[in-house]
Order: sequence, then structure tokens, then C-alpha cells
Amino acid sequence: MLDTKFTPQTWPEHPEQVTQEGKNKYVGIWIFICSDIVLFASLFATYISLRNRGPAGMEFTSQELFELPLAFVMTMFLLTSSLTSVIAMYHLKNYNFKGVQLWTLATVLLGLGFLALEIYEFYHYVHIGFGYTQSAFSSAFFTLVGTHGLHVIIGLVWMLCLVFRNAKRGLNLYNAPKYFVASIYWHFIDVVWVFIFTVVYLMGVLG
Amino acid sequence: MSSVAVTKKKGVGAVIWDYLTTVDHKKLAVLYLFSGLLFFAIAGFEALLMRIQLMFPNSDFISAGTFNELLTMHGTTMLFLAATPLLFAFMNMVVPLQIGARDVAFPFLNSLGFWLFFLGATFLHLSFFMGGAPDAGWTSYASLSLYSPGHGIDFYVLGLQISGAGTLISAINFIVTIITMRAPGMTFMRLPLFTWTTLISSTLILFAFPPLTVGLFLMLVDRMFDANFFDHTMGGNTIIWEHLFWIFGHPEVYILILPAFGLFSEIIPVFARKRLFGYSSMVFATILIGFLGFMVWAHHMFTVGLGATANAIFAIATMAIAVPTGMKVFNWILTIWGGSIKVTVPMIYALGFIPSFVAGGVTGVMQATAPLDYQLHDSYFIVAHFHYVIVGGIVTAIFASFHFYWPLLFNRALNEKLGYLTFWIFFTGFHLTFFVQHFLGLMGMPRRVFTYMEGQGWDLFNFISSIGAIMMAVGVLLMVVNMLLSIKSKPVNCRDYWGDGRSLEWAIQTPIPFYNFKQLPLIRGFDAYWIEKQEGNTEGMTYAEPLGDIHMPNNSILPFIMSLGLFIAAFGALYHPDGVSWSIPVMVIGLGITVLAMIIRSVKDDLGYHLHKEEILAIEEELYGKGGNN
Repeated sequence: MLDTKFTPQTWPEHPEQVTQEGKNKYVGIWIFICSDIVLFASLFATYISLRNRGPAGMEFTSQELFELPLAFVMTMFLLTSSLTSVIAMYHLKNYNFKGVQLWTLATVLLGLGFLALEIYEFYHYVHIGFGYTQSAFSSAFFTLVGTHGLHVIIGLVWMLCLVFRNAKRGLNLYNAPKYFVASIYWHFIDVVWVFIFTVVYLMGVLG
Repeated sequence: MSSVAVTKKKGVGAVIWDYLTTVDHKKLAVLYLFSGLLFFAIAGFEALLMRIQLMFPNSDFISAGTFNELLTMHGTTMLFLAATPLLFAFMNMVVPLQIGARDVAFPFLNSLGFWLFFLGATFLHLSFFMGGAPDAGWTSYASLSLYSPGHGIDFYVLGLQISGAGTLISAINFIVTIITMRAPGMTFMRLPLFTWTTLISSTLILFAFPPLTVGLFLMLVDRMFDANFFDHTMGGNTIIWEHLFWIFGHPEVYILILPAFGLFSEIIPVFARKRLFGYSSMVFATILIGFLGFMVWAHHMFTVGLGATANAIFAIATMAIAVPTGMKVFNWILTIWGGSIKVTVPMIYALGFIPSFVAGGVTGVMQATAPLDYQLHDSYFIVAHFHYVIVGGIVTAIFASFHFYWPLLFNRALNEKLGYLTFWIFFTGFHLTFFVQHFLGLMGMPRRVFTYMEGQGWDLFNFISSIGAIMMAVGVLLMVVNMLLSIKSKPVNCRDYWGDGRSLEWAIQTPIPFYNFKQLPLIRGFDAYWIEKQEGNTEGMTYAEPLGDIHMPNNSILPFIMSLGLFIAAFGALYHPDGVSWSIPVMVIGLGITVLAMIIRSVKDDLGYHLHKEEILAIEEELYGKGGNN
């Protein structure tokens, strides 16, 4: 499988599903995402029921705490990274390995930008006294957003491993499904963030 | 790695290494089977101790604290660590054969799932030796468990977190296997019913385990890292745990009972020698039960005070589940009706199962009536109900399948006579134990009490119940003896051990080679092997491809190492609240081992290997003599 040489003309239309392993990975990631959706749903439900709940005389409420400009910039970073991930998959279908590597790296960079802002945000909250153990609200907030952040870190490590591991050997039917599956996972993380932006930040500030 | 002589004797070390690294679904089935049996025996022993304590009023055989630990560990172990792996053993063994696959979709993940389950279970059981087991019931309600002293609850949380991850991984694996790995001609409506129930039950795991993961995580950070999810003085809400737990907990019982239904749907047609009645309605009922299973969790919380509307909705949804379940019961009866019945040990378990399970189901519908549930809640009536369902349904299915599938698993048969004896002792003991508990509950005896006063009319029934428990223990012991005896018995070396096998797993000759069918079979209809037999095919199946090279996955030790990393990290988390200096380093080291193993797994190519045509022929000749599997 590794030694078959392809040209853009002979490269299959769905390189991620040509082999049995590829097909398994493709179905597998969707099934996994189904269960991850339920994981986030549980965390969202917990967050919504504990929002602004705390001990008597709690200082911080979501209206005072969250700032939409920062959340907006973070959202833009992550949405753009989804776009670059799509471009990488476009090049994957066209057997353009350089394009795949380049745009996957761009995705990683944007993801890192998002992560840096999130770390800054968390640091800021802890600094002003909104720590993990401060109230039920703070525990629920850090757990929900932190779980998403952990997913981002896993996605970044995953894509970096792919880029470095395959740097020297080009595209083949063994690694094409791996890039594809990582990309699906990345889009999923992005969609979860859209919900976090809505439920945590927008509803937090406005409602 | 390839072309190993199959019958060559290996040293003990080599065998252990082989099982630590195996990715073969049949070997993992054996591992699941024995670890499941081990935990089944431990949890059974705990139940026996509790019944001895309750045999007489005011007994002081064990203390109240120990009783709480025993009841918690009995429930937790039986559901998570005994019933689940035993059913997984049959799923692993039978499903790839039934769909004509070489192995599951992700053999590596299959092994990872097992080791996570096993090390998580081991971690949970270490609590007995390290300062006390969990003692807040298997439901571990937050209002109780948050304030439980010692590390018992921490063991519960971390152990279940690890083993739950393993269960989830295995479920994803089964779903993908059934979707992508079916042999040519095996359409969804030709799938044997056990494969169908495995698919639906895995889907339930897929959606039910994440809420448990979240619930356990919240409990973990509340207890070990001072978070405030359940602490009302800090704005938390203890009911969140109850919801998350039961959104998982109710589907969990369907996760266990659906494969049991599937097993009986395999056994009954074989021994009634008649096609399963109403196949498509069986499939439909399975899906419907799976769907409704998610709509009823709050019937465990009728007395919490969710309000009359919520209670009414959940009560009606709960009663609705009786409809598809009833369809199944009628289909089994109509399969038997008019069949040419052969009574064997698996069949007699099936015949015992139907009335027992119906009794458990009927009491379930009684409890679905919310006003009545206010009376029955937390009484022995509940205990009687769910044991009728679990023992009468799941355990009888597992025991029946021991007999039914033993020839496939080990190429040996279990003793029939001893099997009948086991059945009658176990079955009588089961009804003695739990039937009278209905009345104890109606008389007002609460569940989870370690003793009771005399003169309330409970003495006789408790005594009878304990005698029944002892009989069940004897039954289980006889079952184990039967298994041990089978080691010495003659290998069966045959295809279709029961003579009337219908689905694909019986078309292959035992001992089954590690690559299963040497050529992928062609499926020509439901009951694929039966069709071949009817058409006079004496070679098992018609094949869909010529004999050629077979692609097989490599063995790997990485799943074990990944699981071990989490096992180590769990100790760090466990001792974190004690303020010991090494807790964070141990967590970092443990998680580091896991992450490193994952990175090695991603970076190192694992292309598997090819088994050549000549090697296959040589292996077949060694297994079956001249002519191979024909």
C-alpha cells in the first residue's frame, strides 16, 4: 500500500475510503463524534443549570465577567482554522501533498492562537479571583470550556504528529484517511465552540 | 509473527505474553470471559455474605459499615465488571463469525478496551485492601457519597472512569465492525439477531456512557480538587448527579438485557428447529427498546419531586417499553410453538428465562405507575424486581451461552448432566431468593438495611431468601466445576456442534483458526448456514472469493501500556486530597506513559502482515488433517 505510486490522475476520488482500514476509520470517527456530542451535551446541561450559582454574596456573574470582543476574536481564530482545514482536504483530494502539509500547519497555527487566547482568558479570571473552586458557576465554566480546550490540544498534537511523521514520504492510501479523520475531528471541535460562544458568552453577557 | 505452528506447545511466559499483546477477537473473548467470571464470583460472594447477615433478625455477622461496602461493591461489580464483560466475551467471539469477518474493525482498540476495563476493575477492587471500599450504593448519590470518609468513593469514581472508557471504546469498535465488515451478501436484514442486539446495545453504550463519564468527572473534581458541582452551600446542585447517573443508568440495563435477548434469539430457533418467528418485528422491537430506553430515566427519580407532569410523562414512556418487550416474548413463544423441540441445557435455560423475565417485567410496569412507586420506592420490592430481570434475564442468558458456545470458544463441550443439575439448583435457588422479596417489600422492609428487628413478620421470608442464595452459590460453583471438567474432556473437533446451527458461526470447524474463514463466505439469506445445509452443501459455506493471501493485524503491547499509565495516574489522583507530595508527579508520570504510548501508536506504521496461501493450507492441514476445513 505504501509503495503504490500515484499521480493526480490516478489518485482516487475518495482516497480516505479506498482501503478497508480507511473506511473503518472514516465510520469510526463519526461514531466517536456521536458519543462526544453526548459528552458535551451533559457538560452544557450542567453548565446551564449552574450558571451564576454560587455561595451567598458571590462576586462574579456572567454579565460582569465575560467580554465579547475576546470571545469574538477566539471564535474567528477557530472558524478560520476550520476553513484552512477544508483547504487542506481540498489538496488531499487533488493529490497535492505540499498543499496538505501547508494548510494543515496553518490550521495548527490558528489553533495555537486560539489556545493562547484561552489560556490568557483563564489566567485573567483566576488572577481577578474567579478560580476553579470559587463557586459552582466557576467550576462548571472551567470544566465545560476547559474540556473543549483539552479537545483542541489533542487535535493540535494529532495534526502536528501527522505533519512531521509524513513530512518525508508524501501522500499514500495509508496516511490519507489519517489526515481526513483528523480534519473531521477538527471541524467537530469548531462546532462545539460555536455552541460555547452562544451559550456561555452571548447568553452570559446578554441574558 | 506469521506462520507459527498452531499446535506447538508454548512456554508459560510465551502464553502470557501472547495474551498481553493479542488483538485476536477470539483470545480477547477468552480474556473477557475469565475476568468476567472472576468478578462474577467476587460479587456473588459479596451477595452471599449479605444474605447470611440477613438470614436472622438482629444478626451481627458483619457490621453496618461492611454491609454498606458489600452492597455497593456487589451492585457495581455485577453490572459493570461481571455482566458487561461476560456479554462482551460472547460479542467478541460470535459477532465477527456471524458476519463472516476476519476480525473486528479495530483489533488494536479491541485489546485497549479490554485492558482499560480490566485495570479499571482491578483498581476498584484494590479498595478492599487500601482503606475501605466505596459504600454509597452502586448509584452513589452525590448527597451521600460527597461526604463519605476515606477513599472508597474515590476508588469507585476512578475505577469506573477507566473501565467505562474501555467499554465505550469496545462499543465503538462493535458498531464499526457491524457496519463495515459484513461479508458479501450479509445485508442488515440478514444479520443474526445477536449481531443486531450487539449493534443496538453498543449504540446505547455510545450514548449512555458519556453522561456517566461526565458525572464521574464532576464527582472526581468535587471530592479531590474542591470543585462545587454538588455542594449546595457553594451553589451546586446534588440532583445533577442523579440525572446524569440515571441518563446513563437506565440505558445501562438495556445495554445488558438486549444482548441477552439476542443470545436467546439464537438459542431458541436452534433447539426448536424452526426459523425465528417474526424476525423483522424482533429487529424493530430491539431498536424501539433501545430508543425508549433513553426516555425513561426519571422513573428512578419519581420521589425526588420533579413534579406531576414530569412523573406522568416518564411513567407513560416506561409503560410503553413493555410493548416491544412483549413482542419479543410472543415471538420467542411462537418460535417454540410447533417446533420440533430438542431439550438441551441451553434450551432449558431459555424455557426458564421466558416466565422469569416476564415476572420481572410485570413488576417493572407496576413500578412505572408513579403513585404506586411512592409506596414501593427503596423497598425490597425493587430489589426483587430488578433481580428477576437481571438474574432471570441476563444471568440465565450467560449460563445458557456458556453451554451453547463452549464448543466454539474452547473446542470442548460442557457436561450435559451436570448442566441440568446446575440449572435446577440455580433456578430453584433464584426463585426462592427473590420471589419472597416481593412480599418483604410490600410488608415494608426497606432495601440496603444491614439488619432488622424480629417480630415484624419478616423473619421467615428472609430465612427462605438466604437459603435460596446459598443454592444459587452452589449452582455457580457447579458451573465452575463443569468448566474445569471440560479441560479434561475430549476436543469436539467438529462443525455445527448442536447439529441444528443456523447462523454463520456454526459453519466453521473447531478449533477455529486465528484468521476465521479462510475465504470470505457468501451470504445467501437469513440463517445463512441453514440455507447451505438445506441445499446439501457439506463444506460449510459457499465462498465469495478464491483462496488467497489474508491480511492480518499485528499484535501489540501498547494497549496494555496505555491502560497501565491511566492505572498509575489514578493513584496520584486518589491521594491528592491527602496532600501527599507525590500525588501530582504520579499523575503526570501515569498520564505521560499513556500519552507517549498513544504517540508511538500514531507515529509507528502498523501495516499488519499477509498470511500466504501456502501457510493457510499448512495451518488447515495441521488443524483438521488432510483436506483442511472441508
